[in-house]
Amino acid sequence: MNLTAAKDPAKPESTIEMIDTQNNRENMSGIELPEDPIVVIRPRNGWIPIDLGELWKYRDLILILTARDIKVRYKQTLLGAAWAVIQPLFTMLIFTIFFGRLAGVPSDGIPYPIFAFAGLLPWTFFSNAVTNSGNSLVGNSNLISKVYFPRMIIPISSVASGLVDFAIAFLLQLLLMVWYGVKFGPSLILLPVLVALTSLLAVGIGMWMSALNVKYRDIRYVLPFAIQLGLFASPIIYPSSMVPEKWRWVMSVNPLAGQIEGYRSAFFGLPIDWTSLGVSALVTLAILVYASVTFKRMERSFADLI
Amino acid sequence: MPTLSDMSRPIIRVEDLGKEFVIGGPAEPYSTIRESIVRTVRKPFDMIRGNGSEKRKFWALKDVNFEVFPGEVLGIIGRNGAGKSTLLKVLSRITEPTKGRVELYGRVGSLLEVGTGFHPELTGRENIYLNGAILGMRRDEITKKFDAIVDFAEIEEFLDTPVKRYSSGMYTRLAFAVAANLEPEILIVDEVLAVGDAAFQKKCLGKMEEVASAGRTVLFVSHNMGAVSKLCSEVMLLQNGKVRGRGEPSEIVGQYLREGSSSEFISDAGPVRFASLRQIGQRLILKLRYQMEKEIDLPCLGFVVSDAAGNPLFGTNPKIDKVPRLSTPRSEGEMEIEISDPGLVDGTYYASLWFGDGETDHFVEKDCLTVEVLDMVPNQHGRPHLNGFVYPKCEWNLNV
Repeated sequence: MNLTAAKDPAKPESTIEMIDTQNNRENMSGIELPEDPIVVIRPRNGWIPIDLGELWKYRDLILILTARDIKVRYKQTLLGAAWAVIQPLFTMLIFTIFFGRLAGVPSDGIPYPIFAFAGLLPWTFFSNAVTNSGNSLVGNSNLISKVYFPRMIIPISSVASGLVDFAIAFLLQLLLMVWYGVKFGPSLILLPVLVALTSLLAVGIGMWMSALNVKYRDIRYVLPFAIQLGLFASPIIYPSSMVPEKWRWVMSVNPLAGQIEGYRSAFFGLPIDWTSLGVSALVTLAILVYASVTFKRMERSFADLI
Repeated sequence: MPTLSDMSRPIIRVEDLGKEFVIGGPAEPYSTIRESIVRTVRKPFDMIRGNGSEKRKFWALKDVNFEVFPGEVLGIIGRNGAGKSTLLKVLSRITEPTKGRVELYGRVGSLLEVGTGFHPELTGRENIYLNGAILGMRRDEITKKFDAIVDFAEIEEFLDTPVKRYSSGMYTRLAFAVAANLEPEILIVDEVLAVGDAAFQKKCLGKMEEVASAGRTVLFVSHNMGAVSKLCSEVMLLQNGKVRGRGEPSEIVGQYLREGSSSEFISDAGPVRFASLRQIGQRLILKLRYQMEKEIDLPCLGFVVSDAAGNPLFGTNPKIDKVPRLSTPRSEGEMEIEISDPGLVDGTYYASLWFGDGETDHFVEKDCLTVEVLDMVPNQHGRPHLNGFVYPKCEWNLNV
């Protein structure tokens, strides 16, 4: 959608300030038209920058859509929000039995159950967030074809609604740590940064997938499969230290790997691998930028394709 | 009141607007990655063989130019596929034009559907906030208007009930109430008045009049010629994506009704393949041939016959008439309805059709049939606009 401020026709990329009209609204009964158009609609080619200002103005919609997703998710379920705990908890139990006990996978000297749970915590959040936001545009096609708002809001609020489940599971992690007698160290302050990174990565991949999903419905089948692979390609069941030194770099290409190790270091006060965390942050940023550019480019045809 | 200087400047300016759709070609929806790859590989070969132009393009809107001034209520009419909805979608920024330019000098609120984004599991209260935010209201703005919305919708007692338990009337009222309390300078409304009962429609029309008299600009798409004539200060007629005419409501509505309809409806797809309406003596005969995907035991054809101004005169369907269902369900067939003595005076009449299985309408076509009635009734008063279109059958007894 091309929304440019006509204030400077030479600069068609500058996006409009929609709510600016609020200043004019008071005297609207007297109709004083602004000198320049508030919105200019015209076809646009090439890449379109993200309008963070407009996203900010629509923040209420992000919050309300997030709240909708959370409220609706556990309506008419017997166990409600308990599912946020059950999912990672049972996965952890199964992993503990099969990988911890039977296969004897090492866990850097940490009891295997909390070792696995510390990895499953970000993984569950990430995989649910990507699945939900990847399907979010198609799932909200009624909105896309009937109302205007920045389309990015939909995958973003899908990811945001996963944060509540994450918070519940996070409390469980803290309880498990108390149970296993793990001391809470100062490295815990790293967690907000990690959560932000994981959220941004999920927004990036989710937004990208959601846009592709509008055009190629294959994504619906690709996503669960890719996520299953991701579980094994990330150090969730096993520690990174188990990967031979010369293959370690392959691991660091996976931005989630560095983050998951980061969560473990933060929870258990282990030495932090700043290099892999730094690489992960850079890759996350690159994905986010690439995804938003792709999204903006494809956004124009959403209403026609969906 | 609008000052003279501002009245001379349009609030909406549309220049050379065009929207092209590609059908059957590479831009086809629901394409898969495999298809994309196959196409990319095949493209050079297709070009050699001259198959490159197999995609079909069509302009849903073409060379559209118009201006709307503050406080105007512009009705947009035209047959299905004339480009009305596409125009509204472009103006609402839902879809991007292929060429041209639109300048908007005010905030746009568009109401292309009643209850967009309503979630059935959420309560009335929650949906007011959700719907309001979707329509572009800020949270505190909704809070400020909350009471007015609840008042208009008349749903106080059900505020905390999930809307899936609402009756369809309550649902529509609530949805319209949220939208009606949106206060944009430009309000874009698409056919929302088609839903709801008569009292509600009246209320909606009233609200729209109020909006317009407050100096706001309204664009109104409708098939309801009565509402268009009553509400709009000007009407624009679209035909095949182009502006066919613009002017006084009565003039343009008349032009549309004269040209826009035909006495037969023929289609090679969809549930209704053929429909016709003709006068035979004192009777009107409505014929229909249908083809459905599944078998139905009640080919439920509803019809409404209206006068040239779009006012409905009469209508019914098999359910109202308590017609017995078919003993053996069928997926296709022909049917005929004889309207034995409608008593219409000379003039042009239009019929709108609804067709379905009695549960859902699979086919809706407004004013798709037209009939020229001549000598149906023995005498003509010649003044239908004063005396009515139906000639009554009377037993006069001047001496009792």
